[in-house]
Amino acid sequence: MSFYPLLIVLLLMSAVGYWFGSKKALGAVRKSSSFITPRPHQFGLYVVIWALVPPVLLGALWVMLQMTPLQMETGTSQQIDRIFFPILVLLAAGGGLYISILRINPDLRVRKTIEGLVYIILILASIVSILTTLGIVLSLLFETIQFFKKVPMTEFFFGLNWSPQTALRADQVGSSGSFGSIPLFTGTLLITFIAMCVAVPLGLLSAVYMTEYASSKFRAVVKPLLEILAGVPTVVYGFFAALTVGVFFRDVGDSIGIDIVSESALAAGVVMGMMIIPFVSSLSDDIIMAVPQSLRDGSYGLGATKSETVRKVILPAALPGIVGAVLLAVSRAIGETMIVVMAAGFAANLTANPLEAVTTVTVQIVGLLVGDQEFDSAKTLAAFALALVLFVVTLCLNVIALIVVRKYREKYD
Amino acid sequence: MTDTNNSPVGSSWNSDKFMAGLAKRKRSERRFRLIGLAAILTALTLLAILLFSIFSKGYTAFVQTYITLDITFAESVIDKDGTRDPDAIRNANYAKLVQDALRAKFPEVEGRRNLRTLFSLVSNNASDTLRDMVEQDPGLIGKTVEIPLLAGDDVDMVNKGYIDRDLAEENRRVKDQELRWLDILEEEGDLSLHFNTNFFTQGDSREPEKAGIAGAMVGSFYTLLITMAIAFPLGVMTAIYLEEFAPPSKFNDLIEVNINNLAAVPSIVFGLLGLAIFLNVAHLPRSAPIVGGLTLALMTLPTIIIAARAAIRAVPDSIRQAALGLGASKQQAAFHHVLPLSMPGILTGTIIGLAQALGETAPLLMIGMVAFIADIPGGINDPATVMPVQIFLWADSPERAFVEKTSGAIMVLLAFLITMNALAVLLRKKFERRW
Repeated sequence: MSFYPLLIVLLLMSAVGYWFGSKKALGAVRKSSSFITPRPHQFGLYVVIWALVPPVLLGALWVMLQMTPLQMETGTSQQIDRIFFPILVLLAAGGGLYISILRINPDLRVRKTIEGLVYIILILASIVSILTTLGIVLSLLFETIQFFKKVPMTEFFFGLNWSPQTALRADQVGSSGSFGSIPLFTGTLLITFIAMCVAVPLGLLSAVYMTEYASSKFRAVVKPLLEILAGVPTVVYGFFAALTVGVFFRDVGDSIGIDIVSESALAAGVVMGMMIIPFVSSLSDDIIMAVPQSLRDGSYGLGATKSETVRKVILPAALPGIVGAVLLAVSRAIGETMIVVMAAGFAANLTANPLEAVTTVTVQIVGLLVGDQEFDSAKTLAAFALALVLFVVTLCLNVIALIVVRKYREKYD
Repeated sequence: MTDTNNSPVGSSWNSDKFMAGLAKRKRSERRFRLIGLAAILTALTLLAILLFSIFSKGYTAFVQTYITLDITFAESVIDKDGTRDPDAIRNANYAKLVQDALRAKFPEVEGRRNLRTLFSLVSNNASDTLRDMVEQDPGLIGKTVEIPLLAGDDVDMVNKGYIDRDLAEENRRVKDQELRWLDILEEEGDLSLHFNTNFFTQGDSREPEKAGIAGAMVGSFYTLLITMAIAFPLGVMTAIYLEEFAPPSKFNDLIEVNINNLAAVPSIVFGLLGLAIFLNVAHLPRSAPIVGGLTLALMTLPTIIIAARAAIRAVPDSIRQAALGLGASKQQAAFHHVLPLSMPGILTGTIIGLAQALGETAPLLMIGMVAFIADIPGGINDPATVMPVQIFLWADSPERAFVEKTSGAIMVLLAFLITMNALAVLLRKKFERRW
């Protein structure tokens, strides 16, 4: 019996069990002398639990057994799969039904069983997020270790040359490929820096204006408009950067006699900055709002103007929080993928000139993994090593930023 | 009380020096205010430029050029034996009908190459159109009918004015000869723009005039379905556990810190996770919505959990205490009272999370949803692509006509996102309770 018919039979069985259990419980409760008894539908659920939990556990056990390297002959395995396993499952479900219905009596504390199970399910659901992190770390780490078996760590972290194209034939020139990731890191930093140059002043000044000057009406209209910038999918920004901004910068460069490539770091950085403006502005908005009113009042009382208060009192007081916000924005920019994939270059280029094309860590991950892959080549594994670096860096930035922001909040709470 | 006039510094509130200083301070105040306003206006201008550049390129994607031709449904081509056998009708050479009509229109064209260029004016989907017509109404055979046929992408581009006629011929994709034919067609009123139904009913195609986003839309739908089916219950359960039940312990702190960090992990890392776990370990089908949905579910889970926790926390304690006081168990208080009251907030957060997932591209590139797929997926295990990835693929295509299609697809995607976000805002406005 395959999966779905089995599932349907099980569900039918539990439906019958629910009906039968609640009916029997109703009779039993009516006859009972006890004042407080569980409700009939709880007995029904109790029966369903007895009918479904054993098969689910059996199924989980069976799946785990199949994953173990201990291999059986396919014939036997199929036989077990087709005949033995369904029979076992149905027997378990039937047995559960029988026992639970037999046990029904008004003094049975069924709610405790039900709630115990619900509690376990809730905990299991919460563990999924931990498993996700664990999955990320382990899968990245595993492939990265494989990668460092093929390519020395020193080359990866200190090499200046990145050209991962491993040749098809062993005797080709440059067949090994080189995996020095410094140009990728510098490229990422360059684009991130440009993005921050756009996003931080614009975002911060907007936040200051919104919190200190704007009327509530203005805020109500402009804030959602700014949030649109954050809601636009990154692939749209990528298209915009590649087709409009990149070409625009190139044409401007042509007209004033500077050579700007259309895949310049400048174009990708500016558009990425545009995307991050609302991120910076809404974070700084919260932080500036958290500065206590008493500080403002003190400053006004001494005769300071609004701008003097902002510059000399509010911003210094909010500085740690703003630093945290900028760190979060940096981590966002480093991990951003689509804009750079579509608007930045693919070739590694060790330069600090924003008018040239550079490549980034995320671009290379996409480049290495899209298309046909063999899972033992250094080329594919390199993507996982890059992703691990990306993961660790963004994680550190976030942790630092969260600690800074939390410290700042505690100061004024 | 001290007399200010006696102060040794001798400054006065209305001395010239003080007034000058005040004027300067007021100027700097105004300047600062203007700078702030300018920052906001710059950001909004950037947004306007972005939207304008997309819309101005994209609105033409919703219409498509058709060439009206006098098609003679010659019996000798369609049904030589005159049997009206459905098989014969289906397999007839309809392309020849189109070619004959074009030849009749431009009898002066000769030579293999010129003829091939001439035939390429009409999209190769024209023969399918004709076949469908004849299959529906075999009575057409032997008649001559005026039929608008889908034009090729070059014709479409010329007709919409995207091709610069002043460019030297060798730099131009469409040559002088074709332009001449088009001018003749234009003069005789045979070129027309129709609503581009193909765009909304067809899958991807190598030929821009036939390409549509229906496949990507269906793929996005299945992917989001999986994402929602997994992320919503898991997210709500985690939020309830953390807010209502979790006793303060190291383990629960770990879950909490972990969720906050997971929310800030770059999306592409989730793609690698999906690749390593769902494809390489679990051997789920590549490029399928099920894998995309699972990956995006893990990605949106933190967003949903954080939103759901905030919604649950907003329910006042008196509700819980009242339930407990009436004899409800902790779980009954949570599931019967707190959860329904926080549902609008949870749903708002979920919709925003799903909107994020709908616009996400990078993780899906990692799990192979970038393949060229012309068919509309029929289920969660079929190879599929999603709308943002389709945009990415089209943006990469060299044909000029795909620029317009890309912008059009972006407009459709933005329309979906705006609808979802508007729904979330509406939900919040309508059901949110201030305690």
